[in-house]
Amino acid sequence: MSRIDELLETNLKSRELTGKPAARNRHRIARRDFLKTASALTGGLCIAAYIPELAARSVEGAPANVFAPNAFVRIASDDSVTVIINHSEMGQGIYTSLPMLLNEELETDWSKIKIEPAPVDPAYNHTLFGLQMTGGSTTTPSEWERFRKMGAMARLMLVDAAAQRWNVRTSECHVGRGVVIHAASGRKATYGSLATAASQLKPPANIPLKDPKQFTLVGKPTRRLDTPSKVNGSAQFGLDVRVPGMLYAVVARPPVFGGKVASFDAADALKIPGVRAVEQIPSGVAIVADRFWSAKLARDKVKITWDDGPNANLSTTKMLADFSQQSATPGNLAKKSGDPAAALSGATKTITAEYDVPYLAHCMMEPLNCVVDLRADNCEIWTGTQFETVDRANAAKTAGLPPEKVKLNTTLLGGGFGRRANPSSDFVIEAVEVAKVAKAPVKVVWTREDDLAGGWYRPMWHDRFAAGLDAEGNPVAWTHTIVGQSILTGTAFEAFGVKDGVDSASVEGAADLLYGIPNLQVDLHSPKIAVPVQWWRSVGHSHTGFSVEGFFDEVAHAGGKDPYELRRKLLANQPRMLAVLNLVAEKAQWGKPLPKGHGRGIATHFSFDSYVAQVVDASVEKDGTVRVHRVVCAVDCGRVINPDIVKAQMEGGIIFGLTAALKIEITLENGRVQQHNFYDYPMLRMFESPEIEVHIVPSELAPTGVGEPSVPPVAPALANAIFAASGKRIRRLPIRASDLATASEAKS
Amino acid sequence: MTSFFLNGKSVSVDDDPSTPLLWVIRDTLGMTGTKFGCGMALCGACTVHLEGQAIRSCVAPLSRVAGKHVTTIEGLSNDLSHPLQRAWIEVDVPQCGYCQSGQIMSAAVLLRENPKLTDKDIDEAMSGNICRCGTYPRIRRAIHRAAEMVSEKRAS
Repeated sequence: MSRIDELLETNLKSRELTGKPAARNRHRIARRDFLKTASALTGGLCIAAYIPELAARSVEGAPANVFAPNAFVRIASDDSVTVIINHSEMGQGIYTSLPMLLNEELETDWSKIKIEPAPVDPAYNHTLFGLQMTGGSTTTPSEWERFRKMGAMARLMLVDAAAQRWNVRTSECHVGRGVVIHAASGRKATYGSLATAASQLKPPANIPLKDPKQFTLVGKPTRRLDTPSKVNGSAQFGLDVRVPGMLYAVVARPPVFGGKVASFDAADALKIPGVRAVEQIPSGVAIVADRFWSAKLARDKVKITWDDGPNANLSTTKMLADFSQQSATPGNLAKKSGDPAAALSGATKTITAEYDVPYLAHCMMEPLNCVVDLRADNCEIWTGTQFETVDRANAAKTAGLPPEKVKLNTTLLGGGFGRRANPSSDFVIEAVEVAKVAKAPVKVVWTREDDLAGGWYRPMWHDRFAAGLDAEGNPVAWTHTIVGQSILTGTAFEAFGVKDGVDSASVEGAADLLYGIPNLQVDLHSPKIAVPVQWWRSVGHSHTGFSVEGFFDEVAHAGGKDPYELRRKLLANQPRMLAVLNLVAEKAQWGKPLPKGHGRGIATHFSFDSYVAQVVDASVEKDGTVRVHRVVCAVDCGRVINPDIVKAQMEGGIIFGLTAALKIEITLENGRVQQHNFYDYPMLRMFESPEIEVHIVPSELAPTGVGEPSVPPVAPALANAIFAASGKRIRRLPIRASDLATASEAKS
Repeated sequence: MTSFFLNGKSVSVDDDPSTPLLWVIRDTLGMTGTKFGCGMALCGACTVHLEGQAIRSCVAPLSRVAGKHVTTIEGLSNDLSHPLQRAWIEVDVPQCGYCQSGQIMSAAVLLRENPKLTDKDIDEAMSGNICRCGTYPRIRRAIHRAAEMVSEKRAS
């Protein structure tokens, strides 16, 4: 096992990937283990304190007139407040919501706040995962307490500095908009004027936090801090980074996964003006040039003979049939309650169905890229990543340097959706390899074609269901066999995420079904296929949401029940989901007649600890074209930090889910990916974008995930709406107009 | 050597005249607000104005712009004062933000030519621009809001 694998395993074994914390103090354990393993990894890197948040004071070496009480905030004498952010901004709004948390306690003037991405340092590790990373819809749950504490720590020290200066008690002082005030004497001091004095003080041992009832910022719609830079072209994404003397590179990668370069002829490519080098690297052939365009033109001229290796026969058409066949046999048990077999055979009515979803590419608008400046004894990297600790460690290994000699700069991400948290750091280590042959700072750019053919897809999945209904039409038995590649197997996460042959990410949303069905079985086949797979916005929920909620609708209809009413009945013991369901039904006016040809579909899904229900209004044209008119969404994600950001994430997740439902698939024939660019991997566009309405259930419970939970329910809500509109049942994504023209009503 | 006007300033570059304008703007001239998304005029991330009309710079050869005026997102205003920029901020349109330069440049032509626009006009003018984050509902709102700002200004 490599050192990075050990590191990850040690830090992550105390957590189930998609589950809840095993214990309240889990992050403390992970943090302690991290310090231990980080030390092993780096050969004795000294961590400054047992309070890692304080470590960056020495790491960063703030100037004397800047008050840096911890790793997350700096206050300068000009009253500016810099919030250092340890999670990556990929659109989800954390460059605004995390400063809101910090400033809820710091109470400076909001307009004084600047943001800065954190360097890689254990001080910035995720409180649940023990790694610096962004994913799993966990940024707010990770930082909800810490960012408030970091703000409170700074405020307490500033008040202390003012009280000492005025020789009064701290209890006689209060703060407001970046000013400490001693009301009795009328004295005031701005935070900036106290910065130098506060820097001399020791951090307080006890940091009490506000009663949430006193919140003035958390819970209020607050404009995003990053919007101005995103409407004038000044926002810096990875692809926008320029360093002096930088060259550009593209890589020719094998057309078949696992393929290798047999031989290549670079003579014609080297004739293109500006081309500096054409060299073999582990992942293919790198073409380095003065400009991206020269490198791209030259790539087309390199004559490469590939050794396709053993995977040149891969075919998703064949896999579709294989998966269906496998699903007819029992897999590894993920969940069993009651006696499903007996309940099925004793049922008044049974129905069965099979569901399919394809491989999907993340297809972020900003294609992958990475800038590397590799020098003899150190290395600097600029990239938009979700996986800082892992990428730095992997880059260091590739460069032959200790991790502390690798400086990784996180830029803005032009979308992530999971692809930029690659367990093997594929796009980062490849860029380090390119830098070795470029012998200069180099920016490796992926084209859209490279991105779509590059693997690391959402797995293709098949779901086979059977349900048994009693004489009243209520489901009494539910069995669900899942077939699809394991994402976690073969990664450093395998040890804690895969148990008894069941990858928790494959069965999430299925094995933890909220509906009260007494006899339940979920089992799993995890075929080993050479297509690299990875988490894709909502991970396993992206297939279980569709299949479970689609089949539930079939069950309701088979039993003669209204799909909303049956859900209500079976969620009687799930108050939070029930509330969300009732809210969405009310807002969507469930039951109210629709225009002719329209249908309503409903779905719920629990993921990332959040509860979401959606109602879709759709119609089907004569040629089978689906029109989505309106989506109503209700969400309970615990306490909301910024309601407008929550709404934006729900809206965005719905569009993302509709693209998957209506548009995209990655297919392979002869081992080759069949899709190339947006013409054959199309995205939902403005004219197809429905009216979206989001309703948030008020909650005082701890915040839960927001970035992903709106994706899973939209495909089934749409499929169920199509059934209501046309009587045609959708069991395979993407929805095809041709299926709607010809599909028979049911397989049951 | 090819010369053209970029955001009102004369520039000269010695890139091959067949080089797509996108890469001249980004790599040679260092203006990175204009984005690369597909290289085939399919996504609109690279939208700029050529003599006031929206074009996809990823497929426009440098030779096409010789002697002409090109405007990028950086040239829309120097102080976030364009009605679309104000509306985008008011509605908080962007998520990742990567496609937004192109969205705004497409919308700018629509707004200039048709300030009394309808949803259908927006569908027609904006469907060449992809947003993977799914900000379409907010782009629609923001364009309507910008149109209101324009008509308010005209009325006053």
